[in-house]
Amino acid sequence: MQEELIRRAKELLSDGTVVRVMGWRKGDMSFNPEPALFESEDSLSEFVYDGFCGANLSKYMIKLSKLEGKTLVFLKPCDTYSFNQLVKEHRVDREKAYIIGVGCDGSLDVDAMKEKGAKGIREIAEDGDTVKVSAIYGDKEFAREDVILERCRACKGGKHMVYDELASNADEEKPARDGRFSMVEKIEAMDPKERFAFWQNELSRCIRCNACRNVCPACSCIKCVFDNDRYDTAQKANFDTFEEQMFHIIRAFHVAGRCTDCGECSRVCPEHIPLHLLNRKFIKDINEFYGDYQAGEDTDSRAPLTNFTTEDVEPSIVQERG
Amino acid sequence: MYKIKKEQLSALLETVGRNMDLYLPVNNNGKTNFGIWTEDARVDLETLKTVKSPKDAFFPQSEVLYSCYKDAKKTEITPQELVSRDFVIFGVRPCDVRAFEVLDRVFLAEPADTYYAARREHGIVVSLACHEPEESCFCKVFGIDAAAPEGDVAMWAVNDTYCMEARTEKGEKFLELVKEYLEPAGDEESAAVTAEQEAIREIIEKLPYSHLSLEGWDGNATKERFDDPRWKELSDACLACGTCTFSCPTCQCYDIKDFNTGHGVQRYRCWDSCMYSDFTLMAHGNNRTTQLQRFRQRFMHKLVYYPANNDGMYSCVGCGRCVEKCPQGLNIVKVIKRMGGSK
Amino acid sequence: MCNCGSEEKKNALLPQVGVITDIRQETPDVKTFRIVKPDGTKLFEHMPGQCAMLCVPGVGEGMFSITSSPTNKEYQEFSIKECGVLTTYLHNMEVGDEILVRGPYGNHFPVETVLKGQNLLFIAGGIGLAPLRSVINYVLDNREDYGTVDIVYGSRSADDLVQLKEIQEKWMNAKDTKVHLTIDREQEGWDGHVGFVPNYVKELNMSTDKVALICGPPIMIKFTLQGLQEVGFDKTQVYTTLELRMKCGVGKCGRCNIGSKYVCKDGPVFRCDEIDELPNEY
Repeated sequence: MQEELIRRAKELLSDGTVVRVMGWRKGDMSFNPEPALFESEDSLSEFVYDGFCGANLSKYMIKLSKLEGKTLVFLKPCDTYSFNQLVKEHRVDREKAYIIGVGCDGSLDVDAMKEKGAKGIREIAEDGDTVKVSAIYGDKEFAREDVILERCRACKGGKHMVYDELASNADEEKPARDGRFSMVEKIEAMDPKERFAFWQNELSRCIRCNACRNVCPACSCIKCVFDNDRYDTAQKANFDTFEEQMFHIIRAFHVAGRCTDCGECSRVCPEHIPLHLLNRKFIKDINEFYGDYQAGEDTDSRAPLTNFTTEDVEPSIVQERG
Repeated sequence: MYKIKKEQLSALLETVGRNMDLYLPVNNNGKTNFGIWTEDARVDLETLKTVKSPKDAFFPQSEVLYSCYKDAKKTEITPQELVSRDFVIFGVRPCDVRAFEVLDRVFLAEPADTYYAARREHGIVVSLACHEPEESCFCKVFGIDAAAPEGDVAMWAVNDTYCMEARTEKGEKFLELVKEYLEPAGDEESAAVTAEQEAIREIIEKLPYSHLSLEGWDGNATKERFDDPRWKELSDACLACGTCTFSCPTCQCYDIKDFNTGHGVQRYRCWDSCMYSDFTLMAHGNNRTTQLQRFRQRFMHKLVYYPANNDGMYSCVGCGRCVEKCPQGLNIVKVIKRMGGSK
Repeated sequence: MCNCGSEEKKNALLPQVGVITDIRQETPDVKTFRIVKPDGTKLFEHMPGQCAMLCVPGVGEGMFSITSSPTNKEYQEFSIKECGVLTTYLHNMEVGDEILVRGPYGNHFPVETVLKGQNLLFIAGGIGLAPLRSVINYVLDNREDYGTVDIVYGSRSADDLVQLKEIQEKWMNAKDTKVHLTIDREQEGWDGHVGFVPNYVKELNMSTDKVALICGPPIMIKFTLQGLQEVGFDKTQVYTTLELRMKCGVGKCGRCNIGSKYVCKDGPVFRCDEIDELPNEY
């Protein structure tokens, strides 16, 4: 697979279609690649695409759209929703991107393997539905299903929403998975006190590193309100009540209706705070109030929260729901 | 050396925790961080690496420096009360203990930081050898022995007991405080500790990063390293978040800001990150306008600038947190490897 | 916990209260503030080139060079250009207002060592006169310790020259002291030199038996230094000051470094050959 992508990237570079390639570079271990920019055919020898390439490359296209010439970018099915949403918001220039849609069997989560007992990991190999971990304190074998990222458990399916061409491993027919809102429903069923305690406990771990915000394709403000010293909104300090009652909730509001549920926020959180649940709650509510809507499915529809129709839910419902 | 059965440790901790502030690794929903002991705290001495390092105990992420009240035109300053009671920080790993020394060289250098110095004076560090070092560890590279931790009291987990040994006067005082729970360790325990140390060192030798070469990284390497073209490829993917900085045991940069309480102003300091775009922003400009420059600053500081100012000591202890936590898989090991002088 | 700095260890982050006793409008956007302790005495002792942190609680804190000379036994002065949130606030303050001050910070011009007995050439652009004014007055007040003094001072217009009264009344009349003023563009009522500082310095074609002290915008420093080298000065004969974002003032908050040097602690005064050793990031 990887060879095919490298070959195609080289072709597109050499025929002048693109001037650079946004992909992933091999790490120094078998399980830690990094998003990377390749500007020559030679440098592509370090290109990698495997189960550890979970990073969504869409947001890098904001920066890359501003450069001269086209950029080849590899997008997994779920990443294409983010890209489309960024096009809709005029943050990226569709014309500056050449998109190869790559297939995905679910991105792997090293932390999940560690939680399941892999310790002192030397190497991780993918073997179909099995993931084999060679480790100092004992080798392990996991079913792929058990060690994929949280977002892959609610996979939106194999279809790419936008692309210039598809790689051979793309599976446009791969169905979406159920159960995206099951945890949200569980939290909804909690009584308010319990629910508050749940979130307070989760958010109390926040270290205000801003990784969730900085990785989020929907968080594309040039200057975040929480960084802006000109107003009293700047907040750099880690201060419990702020993280527990303000930061993440306000951020969720800001991305409501625009969040594609790409799950990067939860993937990058060093404290494993299930931030995607806040976004999913908004998505679920939007679906219920305004009809099913998936941000990033297209680039021209009006989003429910920025559109008015006579069928819109009455504001009083918010009051009823407390 | 003294010993205590593992199942009795909670009684010891309770005694300490009721007497003074006790910081120790506490598990909250699967993630372990240093926190203050409470009756319900789920103490977790098994997890090797807390998400954040224990540096908060001496250099909290946010702290008030002084309060300021204005009455008509008169301004009154009330300094924040300094820590004046002893406290314990328990279960600190060898790399993190060394990190305190790295911080000391900054905060205790003249003029010493009053707030840090007070905490350092009153803090008792009980360290814990690393029973099972992991793949992201590279403390050996910085001359740290994971089998023989520094600190006021050193501790080893062997079989069903913890063995403790005072390393300083402060440490002796601490052991005196909890002596009712301790028994003198015998030859058997001494042998067990020695065996544990050998086992740890053996594993350390086998870790993938233990033999990382620091060639080309030292206080004299400013020019070669600063101008290296590889910073670009290394920093391209950087999100400019503070995960590496805030999980790092040696990062010490801070910001000073005001909080308006409504009745006055609290002037506080909080951790800051050189990865942030506003870090060096001034009213009339910014001397680091690109993420490449900011990214370079962080690693140059740890591997070149800090050693230049501190007799060659690096501002990295090889704890490996950034290796595990960087959202995009960038870290100091990759920087060292890709740009090292020999490669 | 006291901050008198005598018996107990001083808390470097804790300011003292100062009172503004005089404000002079120097130019349309520069004011000079005179500050003393509430009891009317001097805040602290300092050396020429050193800086201090001025803080308005709730607004901000910033590092400013002390423009008054240490030979002044009554007060400290700060010439401040309005350019950001804090400086705008300062410009709206009045005589009698209180402000928080901590310092002095940083190194200073080597007035007691290297500069002693030397012929001195001061070159300032705009608000860059602020730190040099401290040295100039120090030198003029200890006139017999130094050789000849040349002062080249330029600004955008005649209205932007700061400390003009002192320049005309004190500096121009001091022994073995020449003042060379210049403005960037022709202006009605100005019969002095017109042109940028770096060019003027070259035109003056001074002998190189001097130590030069330059202060001003980075671009002016850069071209002036080049000009001095063209007429035969060596970098070791030239001192300048650098300015970067600072928070603590004591080399700990980590943001004003250029390579391994902290501008707040190892600077702000650098000899130009020392700057060459630093990475190009200022």
